[in-house]
Amino acid sequence: MTLLTKEHKAWIGTTEEPVTIEVSRRDIQKYAAATEQVQSKYINGDEAPPMFIFNLFSAIPTLKNLRPDGLARGGGSGPKLPLKRIMAGGTELRLHRSIRPGDVLVGTRKIVNVYEKQGSTGPLIFTVRELTITTADFEPVMEEIQTSIAR
Amino acid sequence: MLNIQDLEVGSQLPQREYTASNVSLFLYNAAVWNPHRIHYDERYTTEIEAHPGIVIDGPLQGDWLCQVALNWLGDDGILSTFNYTNRRAAYLGETLISGGRIVAINENTQEVDLELFIKNEAGNVITPGSACVTIASSNLRGAG
Repeated sequence: MTLLTKEHKAWIGTTEEPVTIEVSRRDIQKYAAATEQVQSKYINGDEAPPMFIFNLFSAIPTLKNLRPDGLARGGGSGPKLPLKRIMAGGTELRLHRSIRPGDVLVGTRKIVNVYEKQGSTGPLIFTVRELTITTADFEPVMEEIQTSIAR
Repeated sequence: MLNIQDLEVGSQLPQREYTASNVSLFLYNAAVWNPHRIHYDERYTTEIEAHPGIVIDGPLQGDWLCQVALNWLGDDGILSTFNYTNRRAAYLGETLISGGRIVAINENTQEVDLELFIKNEAGNVITPGSACVTIASSNLRGAG
């Protein structure tokens, strides 16, 4: 049985509006504390650990726009999937330069694949997003390919 | 200081244990602004999503995995690529072990490929990954 329709597949190749954020030392420090970093450059917020970019460019929904599971209503950007329980699937990073406090970064997300597989406990839908991060002057910073799994 | 000429394929990278707590997961999910209830609401997680317990974030494990490479490398080079796959979920109360080993060395490009893992207490690799680092050329023995 196929869960994905032509409408779901039509999301492949779609790109979101770029999101611009400013990196603060305090946000790096909070992230470093929560992830148990040991290097002083991260603990002091002089540089962000690479995985600091997780969720950094996602929309911040109002509380009314959160689903009962806490995630953004409509699944954020992307197709509304017939499976609703979401898990992280993995990440690939290509790094060009470190992220430092005061950096103004532009993130652009694109859906590069939506596919399904049969798991041991039932069907799984994989959504693969590519995030391209540059500075405001278009200097490459990082590329991320992230997979989320709906079950 | 890391010197590429001293490295050997198969050498192990330092391992580290992580035992997430309610507090550490709260702080991580606040830091990345992730409101998903499976990371802090036990009743919802077990009764509605049918997990055996609070789920340790996949990207948090990804960070711990990345730290294996970064903390071994220190300031002796740069991380070029990094990837991981969340193969199996981990739950609050588990102690996870991160580690890795050198799988390839290219003295011409100064690149070192690393295989990385997060294991659970049963010894199963739940989050495998890999990284490529470039050792600083100033670390080449004899470099001025």
